[in-house]
Amino acid sequence: MTPSRRIFSSPHLALLGALIASVTLTRFVADPYANDIFTTLGINIILAVSLNLVNGHTGQFSLGHAGFMSVGAYLSAAVTMFIGPRLLGEDGGALWAQNAVFFGALLAGGLCAAFVGLLVGVPSLRLRGDYLAIVTLGFGEIIRVIFQNIEPLGGALGLNGIPNYTTVAWTLSVAAITVFVVGCLVNSTYGRGFLATHDDEIAAEAMGLNTTRYKIVAFGIGAFFAGIAGGLYGHFKMSITASGFDFTRSIEIVVMVILGGMGNTLGVILAAVLLTLLPEVLRPIAEYRMILYSFLLIVLMLVRPQGLFNFHFPKLRR
Amino acid sequence: MLTVTDLSVSYGAINAVAGISFEVPQGGIVTLLGGNGAGKTTTLHTLSGLLKPKGGKITFCGEDITRLPSHQIVARGLCHVPEGRMVFANLSVAENLAMGAFLQTDKAAIAETREHIFTLFPRLKERIKQTAGTLSGGEQQMLAIGRALMGRPKFLMLDEPSLGIAPRLITTIFEKIVEINRAQGITILLVEQNANLALEISSHGYVLETGRIACSGPSEKLRTTPQLKAAYLGG
Repeated sequence: MTPSRRIFSSPHLALLGALIASVTLTRFVADPYANDIFTTLGINIILAVSLNLVNGHTGQFSLGHAGFMSVGAYLSAAVTMFIGPRLLGEDGGALWAQNAVFFGALLAGGLCAAFVGLLVGVPSLRLRGDYLAIVTLGFGEIIRVIFQNIEPLGGALGLNGIPNYTTVAWTLSVAAITVFVVGCLVNSTYGRGFLATHDDEIAAEAMGLNTTRYKIVAFGIGAFFAGIAGGLYGHFKMSITASGFDFTRSIEIVVMVILGGMGNTLGVILAAVLLTLLPEVLRPIAEYRMILYSFLLIVLMLVRPQGLFNFHFPKLRR
Repeated sequence: MLTVTDLSVSYGAINAVAGISFEVPQGGIVTLLGGNGAGKTTTLHTLSGLLKPKGGKITFCGEDITRLPSHQIVARGLCHVPEGRMVFANLSVAENLAMGAFLQTDKAAIAETREHIFTLFPRLKERIKQTAGTLSGGEQQMLAIGRALMGRPKFLMLDEPSLGIAPRLITTIFEKIVEINRAQGITILLVEQNANLALEISSHGYVLETGRIACSGPSEKLRTTPQLKAAYLGG
């Protein structure tokens, strides 16, 4: 396909549509509760879709997504709290200036998380399956303990007073961009290497693919978006603690990927939506809600082990 | 074209290949025979860079490739069809073939090779959009060979192409291997358990036994040596 045709092909239009929709949606979300739901939804979609690149498409089982998220959360919060005021001045600056600082902070958080991702990935991606899962799990815990002990970042009390920059428009736009980037990547010629690595590493190497590099790239990109999601999360909750990013948080994201069907982007988005809304829908039954939630997860895995939304659409397969 | 000198490979403390030497002349078909655990697959994996040798030397077209990573070895035209067919099960036939041309950049040449593969294996063209995991064993083997050919190799290593395939198809596959060798001048190193078939199409054979070369020679001679039976039956 020629480049000029590609620009007008459907994924780009879909991205544009999603961006416009998320900005307009913000104007209609006045209710703080709805605002809360939509923001959480967006953050979960970013996390699940980016983890799906690693766990689903490339077939590497990572349990460290919350760790990368915390790197992004802390770093971007540090940028807006310590550098932001100097750039914006006494009165807090104009809205566009705030958003520009926020954008920079998110980007810095994402890049830093990606760097940490590469740092972990380069030595550990030679491992396979359960071994990699254990290494990433251990890494997530190391990150948590480190943040817990950095006093300038609040230590065990956490970092409080982060400016509330995150809006529904921000999160949903970033979610749309994540889906777009991951989707385009996996459907490209280069990106078929991720799927090949997943299907059969030996055959992929015999074809001349550098599978280790593919795994590292997937890990880096996944960590980048996790870091951005962390940044959005921090500027939404306005307070972060290291213990909020423990491995149960990683498991939550893994559950979304598995439930949606590994390597199925559309399914993973739907699963992220479902798993964000389900606890809210179950709110009226109060204390029984987490029991029912866990029970539903077990039932879903028994009934649809291939993933809840893994229907065979030839076009939407990935 | 390919010279292996005193190659040894080990998995931890276990020596799978203990100092073997052999040669594959340009344009020939050479076969490595031997029973289970003789070290045939280990040898191929080492040749294509998937395993690192403990000692010895591999020379391909006059160049030392002993310690090169696998993607650089493929780039030099030495291509490996792994055992058990190992197609990318979730990709379509067309996508599998495209993966084979991963290191190729000339689009016209890729299309030409693809057409050539479809004349060699018409069945693949019929199933072009089908997911590779749903093909039959024989079709997957054809796809695995076709995929390797997409990389325009000079040298093709086939690991047990007859494994788990309907007997009727085995003959077809072997005929195609000979055709690839004759028509395209691709040198072939064939690893087989089916010794009779392999010796029928090859010019030279090496019999491996627990990591060593038990005997070697021209194929028609090997067919009648008692050592061949001994290597398989452990006598």
